[in-house]
Amino acid sequence: MSIFEYNGSALVAMVGKNCFAIASDRRLGVQLQTIATDFQRISKVHDRLFIGLSGLATDAQTLHQRLMFRHKLYQLREERDMKPETFASLVSALLYEKRFGPYFCQPVIAGLSDDDKPFICTTDSIGAKELAKDFVVAGTAGDSLYGACEAMFKPDMEPEELFETLSQALLASVDRDCLSGWGGHIYIVTPTEVKECTLKGRMD
Amino acid sequence: MGDSQYSFSLTTFSPSGKLVQIEHALTAVGSGQTSLGIKASNGVVIATEKKLPSILVDEASVQKIQSLTPNMGVVYSGMGPDFRVLVRKSRKQAEQYHMLYKEQIPVTQLVRETAAVMQEFTQSGGVRPFGVSLLVAGYDDKGPQLYQVDPSGSYFSWKASAMGKNVSNAKTFLEKRYTDDVELEDAIHTAILTLKEGFEGQISGKNIEIATIGPKRIFKVLTPAEIDDYLAEVE
Repeated sequence: MSIFEYNGSALVAMVGKNCFAIASDRRLGVQLQTIATDFQRISKVHDRLFIGLSGLATDAQTLHQRLMFRHKLYQLREERDMKPETFASLVSALLYEKRFGPYFCQPVIAGLSDDDKPFICTTDSIGAKELAKDFVVAGTAGDSLYGACEAMFKPDMEPEELFETLSQALLASVDRDCLSGWGGHIYIVTPTEVKECTLKGRMD
Repeated sequence: MGDSQYSFSLTTFSPSGKLVQIEHALTAVGSGQTSLGIKASNGVVIATEKKLPSILVDEASVQKIQSLTPNMGVVYSGMGPDFRVLVRKSRKQAEQYHMLYKEQIPVTQLVRETAAVMQEFTQSGGVRPFGVSLLVAGYDDKGPQLYQVDPSGSYFSWKASAMGKNVSNAKTFLEKRYTDDVELEDAIHTAILTLKEGFEGQISGKNIEIATIGPKRIFKVLTPAEIDDYLAEVE
């Protein structure tokens, strides 16, 4: 059994028209047993930058703490927020530091660049960045998510349509994966506001 | 004042509250060749005298102005070898930042880190302060910037500044001629005139060095031929 499948997770981020959405499932399990049904996988770095961490929950928590630490120091020193591209490079560097004893996580980074253009990317557990123009996925439900997103994605969706599409893609995919599910968390980010919603799906 | 009894150890304060070694370092800077910088509305210019000890020295091999990143450069007054060490360290810090963030280091950040290095050498054992003051010129998202860094590690942002032998005359001259909306070309002329004020001998493209950063954010050291052209314009 792979260490990446110990806790179970599903993460996806999708690009819309001058906006992006990032969504995750809510299950935290220990192999077959469900421990929590309200687990937060996505956290806000700043108003225009979010990161979701899939994989082993303990590594996700520690990595999250380290990234917040680095970002807060950056904010104090440089008196500005980190750009999403810069943050992605930082995540990549931190992960590669542990090349021969890695964090068992796969992060999904989503943010709005300076010119309000959405930026999404994912990396593998040792920091290989993968930029995409449409969507990125991570977690045990990753393969299903690829299929669902590929089928449902359309370029230049407005925030409302993006919300619908991403919710449907997420819920459909986690239904095919026994280790993720129990609803979903979704954030829709535009240059003016951040909307957070909880999705109700099959509670199993 | 009893200060001289405390001038043996860098890391000991004198009764008057000074670190005497840093005062001596500033004296070393003050007897170095004049250098200056001017921040224009659309760029920065830095310049220095390049007086060589003999006409036999190959002036092309002496580079007193160095680039730190494609959009930042630095000039000094004081001890050349100390300057080279600082340039090397600063370049490395700039590259480390770039390797981590895939972004050019902001001017203020590099100045801060260079100043931190200079401060370390005022508080460690067995080392002496750097005998240089630096003028760092850069152009980043915050616009054109000019910083001076002293041997103590303090740094200041300037609209125009001078260092070295002729500092008081040069600063007075700059104060008179500086305007907030000066353009880069005018700033270069002002820089040349300021250097000319205290220059002993005939000024030419071979015994001064000038470098600029314009709105394209590329640090460029002017060739002797280009300097001669500006000198002709100033005549």
